[in-house]
Amino acid sequence: MNAIRTEKLTKFYGATRGIMDVDLTVAEGDFFGFVGPNGAGKSTLIRTLLGLIAPTSGGATVLGQDIRKNKVQLLSEVGYLPSEAIFYNDMRIKDLLAFSAKLRGKDCATVARELCERLELDPSQKIGDLSLGNRKKVGIVCALQHEPRLYILDEPTSGLDPLMQREFFTILQERNAAGATVFLSSHILSEVSRYCKHVGIIRDGQLLACDSVDRFGHTGAKQVVLRGLKTPLAIANTYNVQADAATDTVRFFFAGDAAQLIQALSTLSFADVNITDPDFEDTFIHYYDKEATESGTVLSGSQTQ
Amino acid sequence: MALFFLDLKRSKISFIIWTAVLTFMLAVCVLIYPIFVEQMAGMSDMFADMGLEGEALGFTSFPDYFAMECGEVLGLGGAIFAAILGGSALAKEQKDRTAEFLLTHPISRKKVVAQKLLFVGVQIVTLNAVVAAVSAGCIAIIGEALTARAFLLLFAAYLLLQLELAAIVFALSTLMKGGIGIGIGAVFLFYFLNIIASLADSLTFLKYLTPFSFAEGANILADNALAYNYLGVGLAVTALCVVASFWRFGKKDIT
Repeated sequence: MNAIRTEKLTKFYGATRGIMDVDLTVAEGDFFGFVGPNGAGKSTLIRTLLGLIAPTSGGATVLGQDIRKNKVQLLSEVGYLPSEAIFYNDMRIKDLLAFSAKLRGKDCATVARELCERLELDPSQKIGDLSLGNRKKVGIVCALQHEPRLYILDEPTSGLDPLMQREFFTILQERNAAGATVFLSSHILSEVSRYCKHVGIIRDGQLLACDSVDRFGHTGAKQVVLRGLKTPLAIANTYNVQADAATDTVRFFFAGDAAQLIQALSTLSFADVNITDPDFEDTFIHYYDKEATESGTVLSGSQTQ
Repeated sequence: MALFFLDLKRSKISFIIWTAVLTFMLAVCVLIYPIFVEQMAGMSDMFADMGLEGEALGFTSFPDYFAMECGEVLGLGGAIFAAILGGSALAKEQKDRTAEFLLTHPISRKKVVAQKLLFVGVQIVTLNAVVAAVSAGCIAIIGEALTARAFLLLFAAYLLLQLELAAIVFALSTLMKGGIGIGIGAVFLFYFLNIIASLADSLTFLKYLTPFSFAEGANILADNALAYNYLGVGLAVTALCVVASFWRFGKKDIT
């Protein structure tokens, strides 16, 4: 079964676009990272899947349940972490956790206690007295304590210190290994590349690419750094050319095949050359960067799943 | 019912304060009636000596006096309580940004509205019941009396007034922001509408547009009945607002 499946899912806020014709599939058991620039539509997509906002057109199922028809059933199997902090200021952590558990008709006391220990939260504290990072942890415990089949996490590590981030991902990996699906949206490319199995990129409301993290790391393109270049760089299939006069280097990406690159370089005169696979981050930045994508330079051979 | 009980727990102190204050106010009004009568008697004698009739000074009978004080405590004080309650019960989830947390649990929007309405209704009924019980006790203490029917009609009227106001403001809160502001504004708007409606015969139709029209103590006592025409409209409006709330909250985007 697919954990998440959307078909031409579209949401417009009046005339403003949220998401457009998004076709996304996340298999059950996957660890999926969802990235995109600010305002791309990440939160809109997540909110639509959870029934917080109604889609303009298109459809989606989460764990086989239609988002329009079976919302309550769907939500019983999802653990959601909002990007914004928890605000029940007058309540104590343990009371909020108990309330959340009660709404789900489950007793999560043991799991909650264990999670609070691992995330270093004191359940007797008042939420209003907590820092932003600690409020985030409360949200995390709420999302995880009922051990759902699917975790939908909106920028989960924002506000967490590095140790807690690591602990959080350890917990997620344990849950994922036990069969749960993780779907998280993030700006932090390093954590997406380290923990996720698949990644999807959204920009301007549209899903640009969706692939395994491995394949994103090994795109068809090459990153080339030339030092002491004497002749002008007149090679086709290059983009993101950056010249640094101070170090006398020219850096660019080459989107053709390796043999073509070698032939092209042999026509130039330079002191030193360095040819590598682009960073994972470079790949993403390429997608984030409007101009590069619009000029049609395709980085990855595999655009869709 | 988890939401209902949580909300009750969180607003416990506010509810106790409102109930205590309104109860205290009406109790005091009742308990000072004998002193008030004495003073009036003194003044009547003074006027009688001057050749004027004491009745010209107005409300000396206890029922009329009680109806007037009830009107201030429950008709205005209670109305403001009900309107603020109705205006903020649902709206505070959006204001405090807890709606997203709540609605991503397996609870339907209908259930949320139902429990919020219950939360508002239970508090209004309880507050009025406490005020009624305590003032009944105070009436007995001062040795005055009011017919059971009159007493019940008065409290019923103010209760229904408060419930209607709460329903109207609750429905409005599903449409726009500003819960407490809307609540207080609505109370004053309807209150003045009722006053204006009494100024001229041609304006009497305005009474159909405000719930204060069926909660006029003096009229209730005089007729020994509620103004069922205005009340009927009031009940219909209450029901309509409840339905509208379910419909509107069921559909709206939570951003």
